[in-house]
Amino acid sequence: MTDANQTPITNGPGAAAILAASAGCFALGVLALAGDASPPIAAMLKVWKPTGPLSGVTDVAILLWLVIWFALNRLWKQRTVNMATINLASVALFVVGILLTFPPFMDLLQGK
Amino acid sequence: MEITVRDAVTMLHGMGFGALLLLAFSGAVAGLYSTSIAGHPWTDRERRLACAYLVAMAALAWITVLAGAYLVYPWYRAVAPPGTTDLSGYPQRLLMSNTSTSGWHDIGMEWKEHIAWFAPITLTAVAYIFIRYGAHLSQFRGVRNAVLALAVTAFVATAVAGAFGAMLNKFAPVRGGSTITIMKGEAHD
Repeated sequence: MTDANQTPITNGPGAAAILAASAGCFALGVLALAGDASPPIAAMLKVWKPTGPLSGVTDVAILLWLVIWFALNRLWKQRTVNMATINLASVALFVVGILLTFPPFMDLLQGK
Repeated sequence: MEITVRDAVTMLHGMGFGALLLLAFSGAVAGLYSTSIAGHPWTDRERRLACAYLVAMAALAWITVLAGAYLVYPWYRAVAPPGTTDLSGYPQRLLMSNTSTSGWHDIGMEWKEHIAWFAPITLTAVAYIFIRYGAHLSQFRGVRNAVLALAVTAFVATAVAGAFGAMLNKFAPVRGGSTITIMKGEAHD
């Protein structure tokens, strides 16, 4: 398959965007849990005082998402990857990410 | 008829940006289904419009979460000075002061403030893929299915954030700041 400039179109760039988005959401969940469980980490995540640790949780997650996206896109730009594996990994990352942001699940993990 | 600045900003964040984003999802899902699964032929102009629509949705999602986190949330979590008995200007403290409302903060706000960010991240990916692949998207089954799943994930995240946001503002409205007079009311006996 090629585009108008006869450059082969592969599923790589799409896979990179999908996996990076799920990884970013997973990172957000992990950071939210870390900030909730550890006061020193929460203090470190206070990038902007009025918003508190939420500012660091989201800033770092967005940074990780963009870095992962950039790296995967460079790696898979011209490649065809196994979408079934990518989609399965993305679903897992999204589900865990959502669970990690859900306060009762956070409390369960911390034994509260 | 008056409104405070904080009321107005909170309303713009939720009823303006957030509600508009929620409304936009039906169009996005219908468009993505039509072009990438049902295979309806789209003209270049229609495709360009759909690209602009998805980019606008992603932008709207970013504006909503940024306004929420950096404008409304600091007012919501403001710490009341010691000895304060009227907590109406401190929504988080007001909710936490009573066991019948503390869950709205402990679960509602704590979940909303994080899950809401899933929407701009996933919608940015949706818009990028739609633009990147154009008319070829329907030929990449795995990618097109994932794009629809991303759009649904964004919708769920927005719906959770929106529903809790509405309830939080019902039990502990974010109020304060200067008063804006919209119009003068009539006196009633």
